[in-house]
Amino acid sequence: MYNLTVNNREVSVDVPGDTPLLWVLRDELRLTGTKFGCGVAQCGACTVMMDGMTRRSCVTPIEMADGAFVETIEGLDTPESQAVQAAWVANDVPQCGWCQSGQVVSATALLTEIPQPTDDDIDNAMAGNICRCATYQRIRKAIHDAASTLEG
Amino acid sequence: MTEHTRRQFLSASAGLVVAVTLPLPGRAQSGAAAILGQDAPTQGDFAPNAFIRVAPDDTVTVLIKHIEFGQGPYTGLSTLVAEEMDADWSQMRAEAAPANAELYANLFFGMQGTGGSTAMANSYMQMRKAGAAARAMLVAAAAEEWGVPAGEIEVAQGVVRHGASDRSARFGELAERAAGMTVPEDPPLKDPGQFKLIGTEVQKLDTKPKSTGQATFTLDVYREGMETVVVRHPPFFGGRVANFDPAPAMAVPGVVAVREIPSGIAVYATSTAAALKGREALDVEWDDTEAETRSSEEMLQAFSEAAAAETLVAEEAGDVDGALEGAEQVIETEFRFPYLAHAPLETLDAVIEMRDGVAELWMGSQFPSLDKPTLAQTLGVDPSNVIINVMFAGGSFGRRAQPDAHLAAEIAAIAKAAGRNGSWKLLWTREDDLHGGYYRPMTVHRMRGGIDAEGNIVGWTDVLANQSIMAGGPMEAMMDKGLDPTAYEGATKMPYDLVNFRTSWARMESPVPVLWWRSVGHTHTGYATEVFLDMLLEAAGKDPVQGRLDLLRADAGRDRAVLERVAAMAGWDGQRVKGDRGYGIALHESFNTYVAQIAEVSNDNGMPRVHRVWCAVDCGVAVNPGVIRAQMEGGIGYGLTALLYSQITLLPGGRIAENNFDDYRMLRINEMPAVEVEILDTDHDPSGVGEPGTPPIGPAVGNAWRALTGQTVTRLPFTVGVQS
Repeated sequence: MYNLTVNNREVSVDVPGDTPLLWVLRDELRLTGTKFGCGVAQCGACTVMMDGMTRRSCVTPIEMADGAFVETIEGLDTPESQAVQAAWVANDVPQCGWCQSGQVVSATALLTEIPQPTDDDIDNAMAGNICRCATYQRIRKAIHDAASTLEG
Repeated sequence: MTEHTRRQFLSASAGLVVAVTLPLPGRAQSGAAAILGQDAPTQGDFAPNAFIRVAPDDTVTVLIKHIEFGQGPYTGLSTLVAEEMDADWSQMRAEAAPANAELYANLFFGMQGTGGSTAMANSYMQMRKAGAAARAMLVAAAAEEWGVPAGEIEVAQGVVRHGASDRSARFGELAERAAGMTVPEDPPLKDPGQFKLIGTEVQKLDTKPKSTGQATFTLDVYREGMETVVVRHPPFFGGRVANFDPAPAMAVPGVVAVREIPSGIAVYATSTAAALKGREALDVEWDDTEAETRSSEEMLQAFSEAAAAETLVAEEAGDVDGALEGAEQVIETEFRFPYLAHAPLETLDAVIEMRDGVAELWMGSQFPSLDKPTLAQTLGVDPSNVIINVMFAGGSFGRRAQPDAHLAAEIAAIAKAAGRNGSWKLLWTREDDLHGGYYRPMTVHRMRGGIDAEGNIVGWTDVLANQSIMAGGPMEAMMDKGLDPTAYEGATKMPYDLVNFRTSWARMESPVPVLWWRSVGHTHTGYATEVFLDMLLEAAGKDPVQGRLDLLRADAGRDRAVLERVAAMAGWDGQRVKGDRGYGIALHESFNTYVAQIAEVSNDNGMPRVHRVWCAVDCGVAVNPGVIRAQMEGGIGYGLTALLYSQITLLPGGRIAENNFDDYRMLRINEMPAVEVEILDTDHDPSGVGEPGTPPIGPAVGNAWRALTGQTVTRLPFTVGVQS
């Protein structure tokens, strides 16, 4: 039995310790906004926040998340996440949409850490998130737009 | 909707229909049964036809007959309806139409399906007429209710108004009465000058749910008691199961069954993690007697030899052999293209539920008209008892458009092997995806071009060798004289006046299954023809832009216009190199959409770094310029990944070398060029944009690299080609 906090809710799951957090979130908790893309931490579709850091849930065994504070796309609710999602909508960023939960989580983490990121900051923070539809140009613009919004 | 009206809707676009009727068992379905089925409108809704539902709450829901995987049909087709209804964009909703070929056929295919960048083109008049009919019935309802002449009623932004009596109503208020009105036979359509929504960048209908994690894809479907299934496929193409031992898999907690199905060994489990672990533990012995055991290198060599031998002529004109004989200078090149996986970020997946002879499927079904009979036949149920929910799909790029319906067949086999009521989710992992075949065909182009003493191109031959996508499936009936146009499209019907030319094809055979990959034949013909043309123009001492303009046929006005536009956008001045940057141009029409691109490239440790791309596109009436630009940006990124990095490699013995995104690299945000798109203002009927952005980027970068380094890369991807 593993206990963790997911989106401010305490949950207990009875699964083998090597079960990836991704499949706990999806199969056990039915939080389906977090996506499967590669299973080997190469694409970022499964990105969540764990104890304040971005984390690839597909390679995070649940035993490593025992006692952790996890936030998924469904639970994001900060000025940064709101600015990011508003900018995503305003720029019509998504195409197929599969990677976008992970992109939004990574972008929110970036703005939380660096409120006014440069293009290089964006490259560094976002290069782990593949978008097969190549919406990258809009992602970059949306992050800059969100930063401007937050600056006020 | 009456049968009469439905036929009218279909016949409205009859002039555009390409006569392709596929032999589909179970295709014919009673229209009444379909209307009474799952797409039946809710009580109180106004459903003027199969495409529109106006609810009392004032929402207008458009049933979209094309799958949405990012290319924009939910937004585009709803825009057409909203335009003719004079609806307000905020009241518009979109939903997937159910699988019903009678009501929701692609008018170019004669079956329900998405592909060939046809969604907007085949729906343009059909959806406008659907919207116009709905508007006319709402107006008739208002006229009756208010006792005023219909001709005095105006509609704007979802409000029906009679000015003289100062009365108005929203659509929802009129829904019930409108449902009783006569469906108009030929509702008038707007003149393009009256368009309010077409041509504007309305907010995409699927943007918000896809930005908040709320959009539901196939993998997000969970049914009560559902099991997750993964399948161990043969590790080489054409391989079969010889022996297997289910015991080690069954020993994994959570694994509930192991079954042999036609495509491999299926492992059923109570969770995804258990299914994956169970499959890992499986012990399978494979039979490779009929498998492809050649390596990619051996195959390319065989294809190259075939291209040098006798081939089928696809198109020819003039006396090319004589012209090359008499040419001052003859240039020869062979281009080699690898197999490519589509690698949509959502891997293949499906959910099926069996309920006493009823099969319900959730899948990113791109050809519902082929998936449905496959499910019915495999499961032995009547097609009327097969329900298909066409889900949002996390990309496709052609991968989900399966003439052999292999994914539907696999999920059906999984349900059949279970032999009971229940629900199952099939998941392919990334490794399954990259190893799973249905690749862009490996292709060789052997090209010869002749130039006379004045620098004129006097002869051009292109011999291709690759496998046929259409042969052996339901599309084979479309092949004429043994020719599969998808093998060489783009190397024929070129816009240039080459006078003496010949394009021919050698059909290759292999158990490796091949499929259309974003822009199909154009993926390689665009590169081969536009890079080779650049070589000839350079040898003739001509400017790449002016040289192309001089070569364009008199009737190639749309090609000329995008070429001139992109040259203006980039400020082309004839200098192919400026400082550390090289510039290359390419022009390529596909699916009736004309695209020209210029790439700005530098040399980053022996590989091109693409800084900027200028793109001019003519896709006819620009229904949503934002979607068009997005598809050009995305098509460029997709093509750039393939050009620079992508190849699926068969190792000696036939196993695949690439496993996941660590060795099948994707373009990342730091590698994405700044893309500037301009859309030509034309009044041609709209054509598609999902694919046509992809073909020109490869040759534009290839030509920029030639300008910068003098190296013509003839072997793709660049990671391999720059070294050879």
